[in-house]
Amino acid sequence: MGNTKILSSRFGKIKPDSVEEFVAAGGYEGLKKAITMKPEEIIQEIKNAYLFGRGGAAYPTGVKWEQAYAIPLEKGPKYMICNADEGEPGTFKDRHIMAEDPLMLIEGMTIGAFIFGAKEGYIYCRGEYSGIQKILKSAIKNATEAGYLGENIMGTGLNFNIKVVSGAGAYVCGENTALVESIEGKTGRPRRKPPYIKNAGLNMMPTVLNNVETYACIPWIVKEGGETFLSVGTEFSGGTKLMCLSGNVVQRGVYEVPFGTTLRELIYGLGGGIAGGKTLKFVHLGGSSGACFPEELLDTKICYNDLRKNGLSLGSGAVLVVDDTHCVVDYLKTVMEFFEDESCGKCTPCREGNRRMVEILEKLTSGRGAKEDLERLQRLARTMRNTSFCGLGQSAPVPVTTLLKHFAAEFEAHVQGRCPSGKCSMSGVRR
Amino acid sequence: MEKINLTIDGIDISVAKGSTILQAAKEAKVDIPTLCFLQGVHEPGSCRICVVEVEGWRGLQPACVTKAEEGIVVKTSSRLVRETRRDILELILANHNRECLSCKRNQKCELQKLAEDFGIDSNYYEKKGTCVELDQSGPVVRDTSKCVLCGRCVSVCSNIQKVNAIDLAYRGPNTSVTTPYEQSLSLRSCINCGQCIKVCPVGALQERDDTEKVWKALEDPELHVVVQTAPAVRVALGEEFGLPVGTNVKGKMVTALKRLGFNKIFDTTFGADLTIMEEGTELLHRINNGGKLPLITSCSPGWVKFCEHNYSDFLDNLSSCRSPQQMFGAVAKSYYPQKAGLDANKVFVVSVMPCTAKKFEADREELKINGLKDVDAVITTRELAKMIKQAGINFNELSDSYYDELLGTSTGAGVIFANTGGVMEAALRTVADILTGEDLQTIEYHEVRGLEGTKEATVNINGMELNVAIAHGTGNAAKLLDTIREGKADYHFIEVMACPGGCINGGGQPILMDKSKTQEVNQLRAASIYSLDRTAVKRKSHDNPEIKKIYAEFLDKPGSSKAHQLLHTHYIARN
Amino acid sequence: MEKVDEVLEKFRYAKEDLIQILLELQMLSGKNYLPQEWVEYVAKALDMPMNKVYGVMTFYGMFSTKPRGKNLIEVCKSGPCHVSGSQGIELMLEKELAIKPGETTDDGLFTLERSNCFGACDIAPAIKIGEKVYGNLTPDSLRAVIKSYREEA
Ligand SMILES: Cc1cc2nc3c(=O)[nH]c(=O)nc-3n(C[C@H](O)[C@H](O)[C@H](O)COP(=O)(O)O)c2cc1C
Ligand code: SF4
Ligand code: SF4
Ligand code: SF4
Ligand code: SF4
Ligand code: FES
Repeated sequence: MGNTKILSSRFGKIKPDSVEEFVAAGGYEGLKKAITMKPEEIIQEIKNAYLFGRGGAAYPTGVKWEQAYAIPLEKGPKYMICNADEGEPGTFKDRHIMAEDPLMLIEGMTIGAFIFGAKEGYIYCRGEYSGIQKILKSAIKNATEAGYLGENIMGTGLNFNIKVVSGAGAYVCGENTALVESIEGKTGRPRRKPPYIKNAGLNMMPTVLNNVETYACIPWIVKEGGETFLSVGTEFSGGTKLMCLSGNVVQRGVYEVPFGTTLRELIYGLGGGIAGGKTLKFVHLGGSSGACFPEELLDTKICYNDLRKNGLSLGSGAVLVVDDTHCVVDYLKTVMEFFEDESCGKCTPCREGNRRMVEILEKLTSGRGAKEDLERLQRLARTMRNTSFCGLGQSAPVPVTTLLKHFAAEFEAHVQGRCPSGKCSMSGVRR
Repeated sequence: MEKINLTIDGIDISVAKGSTILQAAKEAKVDIPTLCFLQGVHEPGSCRICVVEVEGWRGLQPACVTKAEEGIVVKTSSRLVRETRRDILELILANHNRECLSCKRNQKCELQKLAEDFGIDSNYYEKKGTCVELDQSGPVVRDTSKCVLCGRCVSVCSNIQKVNAIDLAYRGPNTSVTTPYEQSLSLRSCINCGQCIKVCPVGALQERDDTEKVWKALEDPELHVVVQTAPAVRVALGEEFGLPVGTNVKGKMVTALKRLGFNKIFDTTFGADLTIMEEGTELLHRINNGGKLPLITSCSPGWVKFCEHNYSDFLDNLSSCRSPQQMFGAVAKSYYPQKAGLDANKVFVVSVMPCTAKKFEADREELKINGLKDVDAVITTRELAKMIKQAGINFNELSDSYYDELLGTSTGAGVIFANTGGVMEAALRTVADILTGEDLQTIEYHEVRGLEGTKEATVNINGMELNVAIAHGTGNAAKLLDTIREGKADYHFIEVMACPGGCINGGGQPILMDKSKTQEVNQLRAASIYSLDRTAVKRKSHDNPEIKKIYAEFLDKPGSSKAHQLLHTHYIARN
Repeated sequence: MEKVDEVLEKFRYAKEDLIQILLELQMLSGKNYLPQEWVEYVAKALDMPMNKVYGVMTFYGMFSTKPRGKNLIEVCKSGPCHVSGSQGIELMLEKELAIKPGETTDDGLFTLERSNCFGACDIAPAIKIGEKVYGNLTPDSLRAVIKSYREEA
């Protein structure tokens, strides 16, 4: 396992909002180099880096920026937005970046602003991170005072300001268009697409939107070159990834690993294995909307291609480890309650589907389930995936189908009135 | 026009570029069910009942908002599509308070029809919907236990009427369409226009049922019950009995009302003619004496309340005239009992209106005269149809009858009050004759007709240039008043009707099962009104013999102190 | 209303800052909620229809239309905390405070709520009191935290 630190090298070593300490530790070298380059050249480096969006959808950032750059200057990208909503349960990597090295993110956004000629940037940070918003604001203030933000940045003639906007408790606002609505001060219900935000985003103007970690990779790529970044990872997945290890594992936390590391190495190597000498039951990868799978798949490499081949996706980089004292039906109910709650309520399949899935899981956990309930879960999952308006409803059924696939027997047992791990009440009461 | 080619259910078809899959399917004569979609009004693409399969595309696509593309192959009735739609429908129905038998939308409900088409007869899910609010405090009744959250009412109320009384609130399972703080509509800025009722696909929005009040009055031997019918009712009531849209059923309606037991059947057009006399005089008075201009009509109670809430700086511009309904009521409780030798306290006035806002107007305190309300009960076109059905009257077989005398003679001018532009035209007819002192042959003012949102014209009468404007739908009225506020426009006289299209499209008119036909239906109803005007014996308000009589024998002259006491009013700022 | 004016002033009456304004007002309320008079006042001042403002404030989870305790205790109920014993924490809190989730203690000091993940999964089970996060909770550490808030009051 290589130990190249692209993102976490300064974590814990500098005062997070101090420009001097940031610069002393190699900060702003990416921006300094970028302003000597042509925008096309910078974009080419990002493409060479095989950097994929770290927010969950894994869209190639170089391609996204190329498309944004191609939009004629008259309508040219006006806004740079950083998605710091980090609402996917089990994810806390963006929090670490913002709390420990926020200027790295700001530098990444400023390089983007240089490419696109953007004047205004926004960091949309979840309301629950109010303490971190303060760090961000202070870092922005210091960067402005030091001439890295504001008017005529580093003598380039570039004017760029960043505003921190707080969310107010809505997971769906992590979705691009909902986020933009929320910055506009509205309810965060997703918009219909097309138009895509690259053409008509904030205030219906062209908008570039990326995740915190995605922006944080940019300075390093510019400084060291796209190919160097790629060489750290695997053939088609460049660089490193911040993985969030949580649940029943000895050493929970954020780990920066190069692409190509296996899940087993992460959980048993870096994470020290399952806590309390128990055994692994399943891993929930990528957040609540990701897949759940058992031990057999642990040798899969953290790499977009390998994961896809195994029907998995990296999502936000959350790795929730669940030991065998837990019940999959009970766990799934918790997960679906999350989606029920967080559905924006706009479209039928998600608003009603999640809620009815919870209803069915309540039946199963109280011993009132029937065989047809399992079929119904599958049917609902298909309908939600195929017809939901946005990614939330489309991916909410992923844990349902994957747990049903890998733990069919445990669901069957619940139908027969038995919870093998003894977590469910099976009390039979109607609620 | 650029065309694209696609295949729908094996049918090759060529449609205009930019068409949606739904539009393309319509051209291919393929039906796709819809629920939330209302073209041009509300296109959220959110209910997902209209999903179809497009070969090679991920997931299913909502046909209503997905643009057709060159060469695509669409399947609208594959097993996957049918099963999926069924799932969606079951999800919607699971929350729904299914009480079709006692629901006012029974048989006119889009959800019920879908459930029938898909053969959904059982209920798999257990829990009921959580958002149950029943607001029956005002003329518009909201029952959220039937709401399917399509959001149509929100679009109409916010975007078309610009009232903003309701919105989608909360999220997840608590999502609901509601007022701020779940207060009753009557406590907020709702103008009772009922346009939300008209677009609601289900029975979640309704008018307050006042038929019981009317039945009770009819059964009370002490009371002398008179009824007035608004002009827009006669060209729409037939729809409730399956007659072609726009059929004039005036004669049958009068017969039906007699059969229901009303003592006298009168016509609101009499009140309309009275309004023209008073308002025309007011207009000339304001012009000649430097009064506040523009004069703005006040016969639409939805509009009046909108003005009170949002444009109270224009309250002095509002005509002080009561609306035709109220003018009628005022004389029905003064002049009429005097002539008929009745005790005014025993006269019970019922109105049949195309309008829900009239229910609110009738209850306004400031309109009471000597403690008596002008109008005691207001029912809508829909409610009248229901009463006729309940009484077992075979409407379509009825022969024609005539309105009763004294307050029952109408002119073409009074009849066209039903259409946007009608009040203006009626007023111009009278004002022109007054100014010229002649019986002019110019009767029709086509420049003020039509369904554009706002219209303006300059009319030259005897050398006097009259700048007039017309707006229908309060959203359009707001736009018009904004231009005046900004000093960008200058008018003498403005007509505003709260409902798009005017009273013919009022909130109390029959519900269309296919709401995409609204415009078409409005045109047919409006045409029927204009043809009634064309064939009327008298076409100008001041030529109405009963109007001449009431001024000669009771009111003296327009604007007299008696007229002021009975026929005028004042307004309340509500911001 | 002076407080409200100050906040509005700070955000220069910008409609797009509605959410930011409401967040700040909720903090100033002392009871973790948005008083109706304040909100109606804000809607007027920003020239926004009240139905839209109400739509916004009911959509976002952090806002409350009803008064809550001085300290809002949120117990994370999402997956990572769930498998790390959040239910036990919740039960303990219910006992310690003698209230159920959604309720406020009689002294107005605490409101207990169940929340979705707030990104403290590395120290699960975790709770949030106001802006502060407490993790790796045990019965003893939890009791100590509550005690410190009681003493501070
Ligand atoms: C329901 C939902 C929630 C999301 N939440 C987040 C989030 O919290 N943070 C994030 O960066 N991306 C989130 N995304 C993904 C974003 O929509 C978007 O793809 C991403 O921010 C783009 O940036 P990237 O290309 O740098 O990943 C979410 C998507 C959906 C559908
Ligand atoms: S899938 Fe539909 S209901 Fe769910 S969050 Fe997206 S738009 Fe809202
Ligand atoms: S709204 Fe429609 S489906 Fe619902 S009870 Fe009424 S008629 Fe039946
Ligand atoms: S009656 Fe008119 S104003 Fe009232 S809620 Fe309905 S559409 Fe809005
Ligand atoms: S009240 Fe009617 S129109 Fe409004 S959202 Fe509900 S179902 Fe749709
Ligand atoms: S009719 Fe197409 S989504 Fe509702």
